[in-house]
Amino acid sequence: MPLYHNDDQAMLKDSVAPFVAEQAPVSHLRNLRDSADATGFSRDLWAQFTEMGLPGMLVPEAHGGLGMGHMEAGIVLEEIGRNLTPSPFLSTSVGAVAALAKAGGTQASRWLPAIASGEAIVALAIDEGAKHRPDRIATTATRAGNGFRLDGKKSFVLHGHVADMSIVAAKTDGGITLFAVPKDAKGVTADPRRLVDSSLASHVTLDGVEVDADAVIGEVDAGGEILDALLAATRTGAAAEMVGVGQGAMDMTVNYLKERKQFGKLIGEFQGLQHRAAHLYGEMEVARATVMKAQQLLDEGSEGAKLMVSVAKAKAGRAANLAVREGVQMHGGIGMTDEYDIGLYMKRDRALAEYMGDVHYHIDQVARMNGY
Amino acid sequence: MSELDAFRAEVRDWLEANCPAEMREPVRDEGDVCWGGRNWVFKNEAQKRWLEACVAKGYTVPDWPKPYGGAGLTPEQTKVLKQEMKRIHARSPLDSFGIWMLGPALLQFGTEEQKVQYLNPIARGEIRWCQGYSEPGSGSDLVSLQTFGEDKGDHWVVNGSKIWTSYADKADWIFCLVRTDKANKYQGITFMLFDMASKGVTTKPILLISGNSPFCETFFDDVEVPKTQFIGEINRGWDVAKYLLGHEREMISGGGAGGDMVSIGGAFAKAFGKNAAGELDDPILRAEMAAFDVDVFAYRAMGERFMDMWKTGRAHPASSNMMKYVGTELNKRRHELVMSGGGSEALEWDSEETKGGARARGWLRTKANSIEGGTSEVMLNVIAKRILDLPGA
Repeated sequence: MPLYHNDDQAMLKDSVAPFVAEQAPVSHLRNLRDSADATGFSRDLWAQFTEMGLPGMLVPEAHGGLGMGHMEAGIVLEEIGRNLTPSPFLSTSVGAVAALAKAGGTQASRWLPAIASGEAIVALAIDEGAKHRPDRIATTATRAGNGFRLDGKKSFVLHGHVADMSIVAAKTDGGITLFAVPKDAKGVTADPRRLVDSSLASHVTLDGVEVDADAVIGEVDAGGEILDALLAATRTGAAAEMVGVGQGAMDMTVNYLKERKQFGKLIGEFQGLQHRAAHLYGEMEVARATVMKAQQLLDEGSEGAKLMVSVAKAKAGRAANLAVREGVQMHGGIGMTDEYDIGLYMKRDRALAEYMGDVHYHIDQVARMNGY
Repeated sequence: MSELDAFRAEVRDWLEANCPAEMREPVRDEGDVCWGGRNWVFKNEAQKRWLEACVAKGYTVPDWPKPYGGAGLTPEQTKVLKQEMKRIHARSPLDSFGIWMLGPALLQFGTEEQKVQYLNPIARGEIRWCQGYSEPGSGSDLVSLQTFGEDKGDHWVVNGSKIWTSYADKADWIFCLVRTDKANKYQGITFMLFDMASKGVTTKPILLISGNSPFCETFFDDVEVPKTQFIGEINRGWDVAKYLLGHEREMISGGGAGGDMVSIGGAFAKAFGKNAAGELDDPILRAEMAAFDVDVFAYRAMGERFMDMWKTGRAHPASSNMMKYVGTELNKRRHELVMSGGGSEALEWDSEETKGGARARGWLRTKANSIEGGTSEVMLNVIAKRILDLPGA
């Protein structure tokens, strides 16, 4: 498969890009922020996403979705990134769907159709500390009665306070097990925190939460593989969103270089800025290609996908970070103002960079996967 | 099975039958690289057999049309062939500036007669070409070149000198930018072809910081060139040169047609040793190598995407400048890490164990990567102007 969008994918982009730009431009984020919105996203917008079939893009057709791949989901995520659109798409329609589809069984039948129809928002309760360490999960699931009892603390759970279900990773006797914990489960408290990018992420406390045995996603002790699928999909999705954030910031900045005058010249005439902009262009192009390669390998079910996913998360993290930093610097004083959008890009990038493993985490993963 | 899968199977069988085992070993020294030409001495029988097999099949230039010595493969088939060769670690049967540089210029600008006349000996490895572009006073500002061809009716008399002519002392012919109109800067250059054995041509190798001399100064003293030996139009050689520079950047950047992903940290971990946690036993070097691996694997994906887009006309025409810039800077970084990884051993200049200081010399050689074929700074200028459309660039 060539590493560019085929005709169908190009058509998808042609319909999604103007839709997101018109319905949820940066002003949409500002409106939510300035009205102290407590949900974290617009349910009206999610209904519009649903009309286009987007929440169920990755849901298999047998479960009422479109059965598309990560390359297609990435097209939507890039536009979400470019417009800084608050949306549960990444956690619900990418991460949760990847886990449920991989696991199959009762929970897949229960939740996949609900995701595809836009009815269910799903949160991913993986992290426990300030840093992403999915290999050190301390939350426990102990057998109790007909099911399990969950105890622990989760953090950085996007949409955790409004999600209809949270996928909780917990330690069981023989490994890791994933659980579908419904919103109204007793003993769950979600404490939403406003983050730097105005999104809401919860600290979730699981205090003796009792769930039935069929709340297990997949098999008991065999959650490792399902968690891997969830992480690979979410990381790749976050990388695609960062490509959108970085591209949006870069485009805005390059345009600014063509408008702003100092010393009687357009500042874009200065070679000191030209070379930095050109360097950034290269980094963004490489990041885009890398993310596409990860999407392609995931869609092919290739063994090499895991390595490329970490490469993509790290590379997109570096490139988008450069884009927003250069963006603020090249905008000068107004880059520091709340009125200009470039600072919002910097904030969003910071949150996405941290989500599901930052640059350093994934560079370390690349070393481990290569035996050093 | 798709047509492409069938082709892959066919290629696999052919390579199995025709690529000698010795030609699947890594290149160890300069003699392992087959450059061809009138004076070429094959290092061994396998090198000769491998070249002959590829020539017969058109695989020295797989994507050139058959009448010119190629195999007439589509871009997809060419990619498959490259992948399959990489899979068995097959060496390139023939390296040549004729294949990389002159061939594409001839295919684009040559007459039918010229294509038949010049391309076939290139494909067969019979004529080795060198490139006469830079001059002592014309480096990044190439168009200021002064080597002059005086019009004498049916021939030119060429006087001047070129510099950084790769392997001029070993080449049979040169393709050369020569000023033919002093009054016209851009439209006063002709893209000439002539025999290096012509009277008045002398070469002098330049000793580089690597201790090697792959480049020469080349002097022309009343060299007679028949007025049939040029490409494109007289005084329009700059168009050909610009096209070729783009092609050169594409070539430098096109190394990513898939295949193996070699990790620099993985390679060094064996030599370096690991700590109890199984990590390379130098945490800061490990981190730098891992960060480099990320960039190099990412660049490989970029190389694949670039080639897929380039071959199908989807790439921005100036994007090869970006590839050249990113790729050469990355290669320099690789060699800095190779030197760090090698420690004091890598400093040895001529010991047998270090294959004559291969690491140190290789490291120094890479410093030219971001100078030759357009400096990194010129690449950034081109990106700023042609891709980002920045003002006054």
